[in-house]
Amino acid sequence: MAHIILTENLPGIRGLMAFRPQTAKPLNALAEVLLRSDEGLSKGERELIATYVSSLNDCFFCQNIHGAVAAYYFDEDLVKQVKADHSVADISDKLKALLNIAHRVQMGGKYVQEMQIQEARNAGATDLEIHDTVLIAAAFCMFNRYVDGLGTFAPDDAEMYKMRARKIAEETGYSNSKPN
Amino acid sequence: MPYIDLEKDVPGIRSLVIYRPDTGKPLYELAQILLREDSPLSQAERELIAAFVSSRNDCTFCTCSHAAAARYLYKDESKTVDFVLNDYENAPISEKLKSLLKIAGFVQADARTVTAQDVEMARKNGATDRDIHDTVLIAATFCMFNRYVDGLATFTPTNLKAYELMGERMGTLGYVLPQKST
Repeated sequence: MAHIILTENLPGIRGLMAFRPQTAKPLNALAEVLLRSDEGLSKGERELIATYVSSLNDCFFCQNIHGAVAAYYFDEDLVKQVKADHSVADISDKLKALLNIAHRVQMGGKYVQEMQIQEARNAGATDLEIHDTVLIAAAFCMFNRYVDGLGTFAPDDAEMYKMRARKIAEETGYSNSKPN
Repeated sequence: MPYIDLEKDVPGIRSLVIYRPDTGKPLYELAQILLREDSPLSQAERELIAAFVSSRNDCTFCTCSHAAAARYLYKDESKTVDFVLNDYENAPISEKLKSLLKIAGFVQADARTVTAQDVEMARKNGATDRDIHDTVLIAATFCMFNRYVDGLATFTPTNLKAYELMGERMGTLGYVLPQKST
């Protein structure tokens, strides 16, 4: 049971967004700008970073919904590989290096060191890609904490996440997604 | 030295939102709504929670700037901020705020560790759903800002006077997206 009374029976962050639409607006706008662009990193790569960080934070709702969106762009097996051990996953060396940075960000900002940045640059990462990786990882350290810190409920049904992911990818995105 | 090419001598979050204003805009809107607009918690209390979490995350820029904003807003009780950052359990603040800071500390460390008992204790001390919601979201938000600012090694001033001025600006003008200098 959630720690506060969420009147509508909506899972994860959706119940919180219905509880407080004022903060939902910039939170959704941030997710939209950060995840739904193909400039530098693709939408799929951005969702993979979000899924990976949510999995490190053990946030069930976020890793399942963003994992489902990432699988929409790639496939379920790749998402599983990245969560299990991204260093041997079937992804580019650049994305591996960026996921190393994301991992450091998840541990704490000061854990990111020159060495990980240099490795990402050697693999071809630009300033914008490094910036977006750090901000996606940081943002999910927020979303995950918001969702779990208030004890929201998360459905087990994988089909629900798949359906919702398709809707996000094909129709609503994040900024237009209504809580219902 | 920042890890990416940021405007020189612009500190912390400001250098990042100037670098990418399209993500900067929702970030500043979030800070403004969360820390300045309506809430059962005072602006001073909310800045204090932000400084407390930033200090636990060892983010010097966010700790110093939000502590300065909280000192400005606490006015003649500005020492409260230093008592809290040093040892909140024995600080001269309400039991309600103590129990909310305890929750903020759990959110910072690992949000899954917030228990129904902690929330119950906050309620007994007078916290409402909105107090609890705002505390958790402020704590979570600063776990983002702190990582963003330190993860890209942004410029962190060492001069305390610089933070005092920042605190006054944050306390009077709030969170206004900075523009690139020409």
